[in-house]
Amino acid sequence: MNETATLVADWLIVLPVVLALVGAAALLMVRRANRVPVIGALLFLLGIIACEIGLLIRVVEEGPLSMTMGKWLPPFGISFTVDLFSAAFALAASVVTLVVVVCAEAGRDADDGRDAFHAMVLLLLAGVTGAFLTGDLFNLYVWFEVMLIASFGLIVLGGNPLQIDGALKYGFLNFLATTLFLLALGLLYGLLGTLNMADIMRVAPGANPAALTGIAALLLLAFGMKAAAFPVNAWLPAAYHTPAPAVSALFAGLLTKVGAYALLRSLVMLLPASRDLLEPVLALLAVATLVVAPLGAIAETNLRRAVGFVVIGGIGAILSGLSLASATGIAGAGIYIFQAILSMTALYLTVGLIEARTGAMDTRQMGGLYEASAPLSILFFVLVLAAAGVPPFLGFWPKLLLLQAGVAGSAEGWVGGVLVVALIVNAILTLIAGTRLWSHIFWRNASDALPLARSGRRLRLATSAVGVLVLAIVALGLWPNPLIEGGQRAAADLLAPSRYLEAVGLAEVEQ
Amino acid sequence: MDYILAALVGVFVALGVYLLLSRAVIRMLIGMVVLGNGVNLLIFTAGRVTREVAPIVPEGLETPAGAFANPLPQALILTAIVIGFSMFAFLLVLAYRAYQSLDADDTDTMRLAEPENAPQPPLSY
Repeated sequence: MNETATLVADWLIVLPVVLALVGAAALLMVRRANRVPVIGALLFLLGIIACEIGLLIRVVEEGPLSMTMGKWLPPFGISFTVDLFSAAFALAASVVTLVVVVCAEAGRDADDGRDAFHAMVLLLLAGVTGAFLTGDLFNLYVWFEVMLIASFGLIVLGGNPLQIDGALKYGFLNFLATTLFLLALGLLYGLLGTLNMADIMRVAPGANPAALTGIAALLLLAFGMKAAAFPVNAWLPAAYHTPAPAVSALFAGLLTKVGAYALLRSLVMLLPASRDLLEPVLALLAVATLVVAPLGAIAETNLRRAVGFVVIGGIGAILSGLSLASATGIAGAGIYIFQAILSMTALYLTVGLIEARTGAMDTRQMGGLYEASAPLSILFFVLVLAAAGVPPFLGFWPKLLLLQAGVAGSAEGWVGGVLVVALIVNAILTLIAGTRLWSHIFWRNASDALPLARSGRRLRLATSAVGVLVLAIVALGLWPNPLIEGGQRAAADLLAPSRYLEAVGLAEVEQ
Repeated sequence: MDYILAALVGVFVALGVYLLLSRAVIRMLIGMVVLGNGVNLLIFTAGRVTREVAPIVPEGLETPAGAFANPLPQALILTAIVIGFSMFAFLLVLAYRAYQSLDADDTDTMRLAEPENAPQPPLSY
C-alpha cells in the first residue's frame, strides 16, 4: 500500500484537462454575458498553454511522467501518463485552439454571443488533451466521447439544413467508430484482464497472438474511421465544409489527429507483434490514402471540401510511418501529426478568410483576390507548400524522415519502396491540387466572380492571428533540429517503452 | 452461461449491423442502440460471469477473503451505458431535425452537403 500522497508537481499532468473542463463549465454559466465568454476562453487557454509548456519542459528533462488519481495504483487505477509525443501534441492542440478562438470572432455577431460556442470549444479541447495525456485505454474511450459530444454541439451550431445534413453523417459514423473501439476494448479486457496501457505492454506478449491481432485489426478499423483513412474517409468531406469556418478549422486540426495518435499508441506501442502482422494492410491503406485523397482535392470545386481531401492525404503520410515501424518512420509519423495540427488548422482558417472576402464556397465563383488581399494569397500559398511538403516549410521534414525510413525499409520487402513512391506521388498531386486552387482563387481574372466584400477590422485581426500561426510554421521549418531530435527520442521511447513502464511504476514487477 | 451470453452478443451485433445497413435514419438509430447494448453485454461477459460474493473488503483485512465477483466490468458498462445513451439522445434529436428541415428519412435523398450532380472541376489551370 502506497501511503505517500501524489506530489503537487505531478498534478501538472492533469492540470490542462482540469482547466479546460472547469473553463467549459464556467463559460457555460456566463454565456449570456456580453464579452465575458471570449475573454474567459482566452484566459483559460493561456493558462492551459502555460501548464503544457511546463509539462513539456519536465518531460524533456525527466522522460515520461505518470500520475494516478485516488491512490488506486496501477494497474488498477486510472493513470495519466505523458511522454514527449503526448506533451507536444497537447501543446500544439491548445495553441491552435487559441488561434481559432481569436479568428472565430471575425465571423461572429453580437447575437451569436449566447450559443455557448466557447464552452464547447474548451470541452472539445478537454477531450483532445485528455486523449493525448491518458495512460488507460478505457479512459481514452471516455475522452473520445467527450470530444465527440462537444464536436456534435459545434457542428450543428447555427442549425441550417446544410449543417444538419453534414452533422447526421458525421455523427453516425463517428459514434459507430467509438462503439467499435469499445467492442475492441471489451475483447481486450476479456483476453488480458487489464486496460492500463503499461500493463497491457507487460501481459500482451503472453496472450494468444491470433486473438490479439484480431483485436488490433478492430482497433485499426475504429481509429482509422476516426482518422479518416482511405476506405472509411467518406464522412470527412461530407461534413467538414458545413459548420462555421472556425469550427471546421478546429475539427481539421484536432479530431483526425487524435485518431492517428491513438493508432500510433495502440498499434506501435501496445501491440507491436500484431502491428508486424498487419503491416501489409497498413501499407496498402497508407498508399491508397496517399494517392486517392489528393485526386479528390483536384476534382473538387467546393474549396473547403477540396481542403478536406488534403487533410485526408496527411493521414496517409502518418499511416505510412506506422507501416515502417523503424525509429525514423515513427519519428516521421509523430512529427507529421504535430505539423498537421498546426498547418491544417491554419489552412482551414485561411480558407474561412477567403470565403469571408469572396462570399462564395465554390472556387468557380472566386477570382482576382490577389489584387484585393496579397497577404491572404501568401498565407494560402505557404500553407499549400507546407501541406505538400516542399522545403523549407515544416511539412518537408517529417516527409523526409518518412522517405528515409522507406528507403531503409525497401531492403527488407516491398513495403518500403512502394511507400516511397506513394509519398512522392502524394506530394506532387497535393502540389497540383493546391496550386490550382491558388491560381483559381487569387490569380484568375474572373469576370463571373462574385464581388469582394470589404475587409473590416475583425477580418484584419483574424488574418494577423493566422499570420502568427503561419510564421510559427515557417520558423519551425527553418530550424527543425529540436523537433527532429525530439521526435527521434519520442520514437525510441515508443518502440522500447522501458522508461514509460518505469514512469507508471510497473517496471520492477517484471514477470 | 458464458456461452449463452457470447451467442447473445453475436445476435445483438449482427442485428445492429443489419439495421445500420438500412437507408432509413430511424432504423440506423435503432441499429446503433442494439449494437451498443451488444457491446455492453460483451464487456459484461468478458469480465467472466461468476456466482461469487460482492467484492467488499471485510473489516481488518486489506483484500476480500476468498473468491469474489469482478467489479470492474460493471463500472465500465455503467460508463458506456451513460455515454451511449447521451449520444443516442443527441442523434435522435438530430434525426428529427433532419426530418423537419430536409424532409427526408432516407439517406439517399440527403444530398445537400454532397450535391448529386457535382459540377465538373474547372479545366483551366
